Amino acid sequence: MTGIGVGVGAGARGARRVAILGGGPAGLAAAQAALAAGARVTLLDEGGRLGGQYWRHHEQLTDRRLQHGWARFERLRGVLDRAEVHNGASVWSAEASDGTLRLRAVVGPADAAGRTALEVEADAVVVATGAHDLALPLPGWTLPGVTTAGAAQALAKRDGVTVGRRTVVSGAGPFLLPVAQSLAVAGSEVVGVHEASRLGGLAAGWLPRPWQLAGKAGELVEYVGALARHRIPYRVGSGVVRVLGTDRVEGVVIAALDADWRPVPGTEREVACDSVALGHGFTPRLEVAIALGAAIEGDRRGRFVVVDDAQRTSAAGVYAAGEITGIGGADAALAEGAVAGFMAAGGSLDDDRMRGPLAVRRRMRAFAARLERAHGIRPGWTSWLADDTVVCRCENVTRRTIADRADAPLRAMKLATRAGLGACQGRTCGRAVEAVVAAAGGAPEGFDRRPVLAPVRLGEVAAVGRGSDSGAVAVETAISTAGRGESAVAAAEPQ
Amino acid sequence: MIRITVDAEPLEGRDGQTIAGVLIGAGRTAWRTAQTGDRGVFCGIGVCHDCLVTVNGVEGVRACQREAVDGDRVEREVRA
Repeated sequence: MTGIGVGVGAGARGARRVAILGGGPAGLAAAQAALAAGARVTLLDEGGRLGGQYWRHHEQLTDRRLQHGWARFERLRGVLDRAEVHNGASVWSAEASDGTLRLRAVVGPADAAGRTALEVEADAVVVATGAHDLALPLPGWTLPGVTTAGAAQALAKRDGVTVGRRTVVSGAGPFLLPVAQSLAVAGSEVVGVHEASRLGGLAAGWLPRPWQLAGKAGELVEYVGALARHRIPYRVGSGVVRVLGTDRVEGVVIAALDADWRPVPGTEREVACDSVALGHGFTPRLEVAIALGAAIEGDRRGRFVVVDDAQRTSAAGVYAAGEITGIGGADAALAEGAVAGFMAAGGSLDDDRMRGPLAVRRRMRAFAARLERAHGIRPGWTSWLADDTVVCRCENVTRRTIADRADAPLRAMKLATRAGLGACQGRTCGRAVEAVVAAAGGAPEGFDRRPVLAPVRLGEVAAVGRGSDSGAVAVETAISTAGRGESAVAAAEPQ
Repeated sequence: MIRITVDAEPLEGRDGQTIAGVLIGAGRTAWRTAQTGDRGVFCGIGVCHDCLVTVNGVEGVRACQREAVDGDRVEREVRA
């Protein structure tokens, strides 16, 4: 990590200043490409160490068997000594004015008081903020012991722990496979992996044009091998539809699911376990891209940042790469990141160095489309919710409360029910709330528009205005010790 | 090894673990009181804010994001 200050980046004087948000595959590839094109690069990542979710790690605690493409990560990380890198950076403001893009962040241990303020000015920004798990609500899903699949993966890889001794993995998509492997390696028995999509849907998604799977197939075969070694059953067309327990997870109800993911009556069976990992796909982290004015497109299957062939968004100087442009996995993110970084630095698509990334990007876009076709969320899942099932975890808002207000405009529905107005600002429940409203006859839209990019302390934001002009502002600790009311700005207002 | 206290009770963890990692490693799955019952870690990557704890007197710290430091005082948060 280099010094903190107004982000001028490393590299030649007078070179284009490129700021990159996110230190996962897309952001790292963007940094490498932008450096190669001669830009001064500043990379901001909220994590304590680079790698994103894909290369989440800790030097001592991570079992190396759980890492994939590690050599690539080391190569990408290796060139960053020529960039200015800030780990532990929470970007809370992003704006464009007079052709300059300005990012404001606080830097330091997660949610600590007294983090350092950082302001970065850039000619171009590459937004590579990634995605997080989409875990659909179920009765009992707030019980301790239920986590997202991503949490199970992060805890296993980053901390070397598992939440339970007997875990059921349930959801949709190939990500369930490495999660099951990680749980097994980290010491939990995996009772079963339940894929909601049925064989017909999977075949329709994956069997045609198998050559498009080149590069991915090997990884999938490796995971399937790991499941076999650990004797983990993999069942399609089924899923956890209810979690059992009073104070913590004691078991689950698993049902067969029809093609729309509705539980098939009479197929329910109870399975004893003490933890559940849920993952029904991913949802992009769009906040920064939206704040910078990038157009978003899509429907309730997912909304993503619109980009052209050069990974340019609709906002001047703003590029996007990785999962925020479509869920396609690490290889797609690496390719898009390389294109975005190179173009943000003023490069050309005709450059020989772009040939490889462009070819991979073409192949991986086909992969992403097949991923959605085979594993995309089907609307019938809302039928496994009971009236009193909590949908918004932060504010404890039930399915019935949301459905009762389904005819109101989204803002009125949120104000009346408080769904999506808690600490996470609808990041966890947004897609689910929209589905519940839609199932009740409403037409929701816009849960991904959030006024605050990252939860930061009001005191830290306030201190920025009182800081010196140098850009490096030591935030006064005293301000941040105030009560709960200001512990997270994000909890304040609906949009 | 590192040592932290959780509601004044000492817990041992491995150096470098997050607070959530230390708690789970010690067999705990719940450490926040919400309206509908206890909560622990859910998203594990800093998005959901279900795992909030008070650390050394500072409220609203995501246990899944904060690396535990020897001597940290962690307290449960209660939300009515």
